[in-house]
Amino acid sequence: MLQVRDLKTYLYLKRGVVKAVDGVSFDLASGETLGLIGESGSGKTMMGLSLLGLPPKPAGRIVAGSIKLDGRELVGLDEEVLSREVRGRQIAMISQDPMTSLNPVFTVGDQVAAPIRAHHLAGERSAIDMAVAELDRVRVPSARERAGDYPHQFSGGMRQRVVAAMAIACRPRLLIADEPTSALDVTIQVQFMDLIEKIQADTGAGILFITHDLGVAASLCHRIAVMYAGRIVEMAGVDRLYSDPQHPYTQGLLDSVPILGRRQKRLKSILGSPPDPLSPPGGCAFHPRCPHAMEVCRQQVPPTVAMSDGGHVACWLKVDSTA
Amino acid sequence: MARYITKRALQGLIAIFGALLIVFVAQRLSGDPVALMLPMDASEADFAAMREALGLDKPLLVQFAIFLGNALTGDFGQSYQWNAPAMGLLIDRLPATLELAMAGLFFAVLLAVPLGVFSAVHRGGWVDRSAKIFAMLGQAVPGFWIGLLLILFIAVELQWLPAYGRGTPAHLVLPAIALGWYPVAAMTRTLRSSMLDVLESDYVRMERAIGLPERTIIWRYALRNAAVPLVTMVGVYFANMLGGAFVIEVVFAWPGVGRTVVDAVFARDFPVVQAGVMLSAVVFVVMNLLVDLSYGFIDPRIRRG
Repeated sequence: MLQVRDLKTYLYLKRGVVKAVDGVSFDLASGETLGLIGESGSGKTMMGLSLLGLPPKPAGRIVAGSIKLDGRELVGLDEEVLSREVRGRQIAMISQDPMTSLNPVFTVGDQVAAPIRAHHLAGERSAIDMAVAELDRVRVPSARERAGDYPHQFSGGMRQRVVAAMAIACRPRLLIADEPTSALDVTIQVQFMDLIEKIQADTGAGILFITHDLGVAASLCHRIAVMYAGRIVEMAGVDRLYSDPQHPYTQGLLDSVPILGRRQKRLKSILGSPPDPLSPPGGCAFHPRCPHAMEVCRQQVPPTVAMSDGGHVACWLKVDSTA
Repeated sequence: MARYITKRALQGLIAIFGALLIVFVAQRLSGDPVALMLPMDASEADFAAMREALGLDKPLLVQFAIFLGNALTGDFGQSYQWNAPAMGLLIDRLPATLELAMAGLFFAVLLAVPLGVFSAVHRGGWVDRSAKIFAMLGQAVPGFWIGLLLILFIAVELQWLPAYGRGTPAHLVLPAIALGWYPVAAMTRTLRSSMLDVLESDYVRMERAIGLPERTIIWRYALRNAAVPLVTMVGVYFANMLGGAFVIEVVFAWPGVGRTVVDAVFARDFPVVQAGVMLSAVVFVVMNLLVDLSYGFIDPRIRRG
């Protein structure tokens, strides 16, 4: 359904150019959930915004690559066409912070009805009815009455449900969930993840689940892509990625997660800090922090090596072992 | 909300009381009115009799109580010039001032809203830059000078519109522009900056992400958020204009409250000046109360607060 090829989104700032997304490729099937994992600043949010054609203005721009949804090329589409035919209609997003993602001066019902009206799926009266149905679907209790309430009258978890209702109101083919649970309490997180699974079962949408939480990703995703400094360094099915990570960065990430019931003297952490986005290290961007770094890692960007299980990894270690 | 409004109303009453106190004290500080009213050769007995007639022989506190009582009934004494109740005189002029203030404000909002929104949406564009220069001019150049220029070019040179007086809608145009000049500048800048904040908010990004047309986002969803500081300004400027657009009314010979008060100042017609001060104070307090109320309509978070 979705094919992203060699996508590059750069931010042109006064201090220099940030290659936020630097040659990312992946496929996503309908009904599939792909996790996009990485530290803050790894470019995962920018990846999500690029799919919508909404890199932050005026600094951000998609400079190269291709995004195909059901065979249709989205890169280079006119802004108006994107907003009329793609955003909200075919691709939608659940954003990070439920406290700030809803317009404070309009009722929740109005806001959920807004995409339905904008995409002419219903007239004024029935748009509200449909909005109420969507609120009901995301399990907002007594949806009809609450549709007349304003965002500040809802809790964080309920607001995130409202945002989800807005996103799925027009049955998008692709749903981007950008850390939708990181602002929620743990118990509410679990409820919301159940909800996302229900939404997928109901609508058959493909989901790109952006997160830095390995646990959340493991429970929800079919496949996982690990992003570092604007590139995908490893992609694999959930089971293989967690049991047998190939990239040193993925290994480091997994080592730094505490495991319940296992005694550990001290959590391992990845040495060093994330690269400066304005001047990332040459070669493999991870080499300054990598315990296995070799001379070639400093010189050249590693190629992407396909694995036998259908995943792939971008690391010189794997090039040597397969050669 | 009810509690909030009650609180604001009480604060308003205190402000009005304060204004009354100032008027009362200023009246006593400005010299002996009896000396002004009696002829030069009046005797000591004449003075005493006059003082008694005016109640000026009573203790200050009693005088203040009488003053308050009269003020509550709108009685600020007789105008020396017109020999009519001072407050009544001003109330008669209020419709003319109201008309001018509404026209001036209408002109200001009509210009400031599209200018402010457009400047924010196309930040750094030519409209934004011209609006910035325009706003600087608006805030730096006094309204009366704009008024004089308008009279000189539009009324005298081109003879398109009347230069002074009140009557037809055409009479209203030039003074309204001169009066609205400063508010346009201030409102444009305020709306621009609040609009910029709103356009960068998460909810506007969300509205873009669900495919709302940019037009709808700006004029329906963003503007209402950005309008809150604008409403405050509209209220304050309207109160200012109602309390007497002194200079503009004088420049355009507009028969309103402001010009009447200015005339009264020159004629040392104290009751009218005092009534004018009190009228301004009351209008200001009432307008601020209305502004507070209007927040509730715009922003539901305040309604429940």
